[in-house]
Amino acid sequence: MAAAVPSEQRMANQIAANLRHVPGDEAAEAIAGHIRRFWDPRMRARLLELVETGADGLDPVVVAAAGLLTRSREAPAG
Amino acid sequence: MTLLKEPDFGTPERPGGATVTVEVDGLPVTVPEGTSVMRAAAQAGIDIPKLCATDSLEPFGSCRLCVVEIDGRRGTPASCTTPVADGMCVRTQTPKVEKLRQGVMELYISDHPLDCLTCSANGDCELQDMAGVVGLRQVRYGYEGENHLDAAPDLSNPYFDFNPAKCIVCSRCVRACGEVQGTFALTIEGRGFDSKVSPGAGESFLDSECVSCGACVQACPTATLQERSVVELGMPSRSVVTTCAYCGVGCSFKAELRGDELVRMVPHKDGGANEGHSCVKGRFAFGYATHPDRKLKPMVREKTTDPWREVEWDEAIRTVAEKMRAIQDAYGPSSIGAISSSRCTNEEVYVVQKMVRAAFGNNNVDTCARVCHSPTGYGLKQTFGESAGTQDFRSVAKADLIMVIGANPTDGHPVFASRMKKRLREGAQLVVVDPRRIDLVRSPHIQAAHHLQLKPSTNVAVINAMAHVVVTEDLVDRSFVDARCEGFDDWARFVALPENSPEATEPVTGVPAEELRAAARLYAQAPNAAIYYGLGVTEHSQGSTMVMGMANLAMACGNIGRDGVGVNPLRGQNNVQGSCDMGSFPHEFTGYRHVSDDAVRTVFEELWGRSLLPEPGLRIPNMFDAAIDGSFRGLFVHGEDIAQSDPNLQHVSAALAAMDLVVVQDLFLNETARFAHVFLPGASFLEKDGTFTNAERRINRVRAVMKPKTGKHEWQIVSEIATAMGYPMAYDHPSQIMDEIAQVTPTFKGVSFELLDKLGSVQWPCNDEAPQGTPTMHVDAFVRGKGKFVVTAYVPTDERTTSRYPLVLTTGRILSQYNVGAQTRRTGNVAWHPEDLLELHPLDAENRGITDGDLVTLASRVGSTTLRARISDRMPPGVVYTTFHHPVTGANVVTTENSDWATNCPEYKVTAVQVGLAHPLERHAGESLGTERLAAVD
Repeated sequence: MAAAVPSEQRMANQIAANLRHVPGDEAAEAIAGHIRRFWDPRMRARLLELVETGADGLDPVVVAAAGLLTRSREAPAG
Repeated sequence: MTLLKEPDFGTPERPGGATVTVEVDGLPVTVPEGTSVMRAAAQAGIDIPKLCATDSLEPFGSCRLCVVEIDGRRGTPASCTTPVADGMCVRTQTPKVEKLRQGVMELYISDHPLDCLTCSANGDCELQDMAGVVGLRQVRYGYEGENHLDAAPDLSNPYFDFNPAKCIVCSRCVRACGEVQGTFALTIEGRGFDSKVSPGAGESFLDSECVSCGACVQACPTATLQERSVVELGMPSRSVVTTCAYCGVGCSFKAELRGDELVRMVPHKDGGANEGHSCVKGRFAFGYATHPDRKLKPMVREKTTDPWREVEWDEAIRTVAEKMRAIQDAYGPSSIGAISSSRCTNEEVYVVQKMVRAAFGNNNVDTCARVCHSPTGYGLKQTFGESAGTQDFRSVAKADLIMVIGANPTDGHPVFASRMKKRLREGAQLVVVDPRRIDLVRSPHIQAAHHLQLKPSTNVAVINAMAHVVVTEDLVDRSFVDARCEGFDDWARFVALPENSPEATEPVTGVPAEELRAAARLYAQAPNAAIYYGLGVTEHSQGSTMVMGMANLAMACGNIGRDGVGVNPLRGQNNVQGSCDMGSFPHEFTGYRHVSDDAVRTVFEELWGRSLLPEPGLRIPNMFDAAIDGSFRGLFVHGEDIAQSDPNLQHVSAALAAMDLVVVQDLFLNETARFAHVFLPGASFLEKDGTFTNAERRINRVRAVMKPKTGKHEWQIVSEIATAMGYPMAYDHPSQIMDEIAQVTPTFKGVSFELLDKLGSVQWPCNDEAPQGTPTMHVDAFVRGKGKFVVTAYVPTDERTTSRYPLVLTTGRILSQYNVGAQTRRTGNVAWHPEDLLELHPLDAENRGITDGDLVTLASRVGSTTLRARISDRMPPGVVYTTFHHPVTGANVVTTENSDWATNCPEYKVTAVQVGLAHPLERHAGESLGTERLAAVD
């Protein structure tokens, strides 16, 4: 069920699908750039957790993009 | 202010280059060629008597009251239908015409009730006025002959009465219905003495095709068509010019009052957006403002199961501030936020986002534009460099081809639709791209050249296929592209790929390739082609992509930067544009500048005296996720009903229920208030002082017709909350807020209340370069410099039909209702739409044993509801449609979490569903959710 997929994973995969036409490394940078520009720090932190824990179903380009993101000090616990 | 009466020049203006000079009663006057003698005389300050003429309508020449003598011409021509000619000498008052006019008036009055003193139009009756003007002193025919004085009135319409006994059959109402509104619901039935105005074929007004826009009432020179409020309350005595608070057209109205009581709303002729026209909502549906359901006192409660307790403002504000701070102390500064409203003024929205950024100390502010036009902001910014439509509404009058994509203007934006229909009747061609056969496809005197009835969710495939045609058939405007744009070659290579051809996309989109090719050629080859679009574009998983796709197409064909062209969002609510402009998105300050921009942030930090975060905050759907996760626990909801309007209501309800503090500011205890701990009563638009910005970037003044019934302005309440949280915010007047907006926002630099009062309205950008505003954008260059072509690959939505959910649901709105219906359901508009209906195709109905009016279950993978079926072939087989105006139906119980990839705008337009006959005892979703079971007030 799509609803069971964490929101951050679903959204990141969707961004990747819509930037599929962007070649190679540029795609990962474009995804990271979009996420940096529009996502709250806690969402970015959650995506990084998903990547670090090897969540199933993450698009490989999202995983590459996650490597370009850094955790924000603002991300609260919770 | 006294009652504002705009001058009536009798016939429409004829703008043009060449002028003609004539003499009227010895006075020289120079007017554009084609101007009527009547209008020329009026411009010279001479009013020729008239009854069938008014300057919103083409001249008709039926009443014969406006006869004049012209030197060198025979007879006594009607001045309304006679155009001026150079050197013409007109005499408007001669014994001959005076006698003729008296004779005409005698005939009219011989068949008119002599009840002036008790007539509802007493003092506002042109027949009465003209009797005086022509010096009528007797009626030689008497009053005993055959007449119409016993004709029965039609009182079926909830807002106006039709009294044929008072009708002079001048046809102004009939012509207004056709020429101004474009509905053609009225006609003159019978001939000669039996002639009478008739709505349809012997129907009542309510049962006819009349859309109650009020144009006929406005045009009527007598009390034949009269607002019921005037009948009941009497003639108003003063006017306040303000702006409608319904859709994004932003019509100007004269609120006409008698003392402090609002009698009627009359469309303002000088209104830039509407130029004297109106729709049923703006004209008549204002009764909600004084509805007994309104809450006027602040209320608090500890738990949502407790009854509400009315409190004074001080306690309510202190409660909000203390609880918000307590949440932050326990869970961090980012654990609270706010949602601003597109129904509120720019000034109110500005202070809400300021409160969040400066007092809350985070960027967790979003606006309800998130769920409608956020993809417009993203897509137009990427391609053109500015998050706004390109034209003013008047521009449509210069369009040769109008392409309407995913919008239903006759229902959603009716006053603009009337402008559009007028242009279509003049010969512009029309392409409609919509799964549903909207009224515009075929209506009186209008027939779309092409209706591309695409399958929901395939917009991007369709726009790419159109671009494919433009590129591969060499229809590109190379000189425009070379001079004004960048990225064309990559984009052209992409759209020229075989998989983007109309033939390749036809199996996906359902649009016949030849029809799509023909529509694309029409768009590309028209001298001026304009795109108008709505939520059928944005509320998709590729909403932003589609906006960019339309921008690409417009640039490729050179359809940007002049009158008659452009890419134009039709905004849903009155201040969607403004709420976005005002920095309501979590990643942007006012004027669409990112929070990470150090230079921009410094401007705000220095003015506000607070360090501001450079990171974006939570968007509305992210707030819900974070609430369920436990990291977001306090929410201020300003004038929005997220528990009815947002998708996947079970998820929304769970999020709201998980929060420690929900503060709702609204007119009514809405659905969201069921989850609230503090209720702050809001002010209706009649009580507000500020500005709204409509879909054409027009900043209009909203002027208070009455004092706030709650005792406080909304900007004041927000400022007091911020102050109570330790961040002093104080304004004496909303004009000071606009001054601050102008100070920090380059596109608003020249805007002030003073300027708006002087000019009436102004379209941003308004600054040193454009001190009187900017009707058309991107004229010489795009805001970003070069227009940017963006590759827009089609990605199918994740929402797929299955054997369990084989139909696609798409949602929309209807003319008489508005958004979640909180306002319109509390007006006479319920006469037209008492409940949400599910439209489905006869084949889908037959397969399920459903007949018209049956109660059916509508189920998706996230929820189900029941509503009544309406069998309609407007929908293609496999697609069903409903509105979301009634909470008891709860249409958004079935919509899902899917959203636009770039902005999180929900995919309302695509939900896989099943429909079946409901058990008679099955409940509406709203009933299951507890709608209408609001806790009682102590």
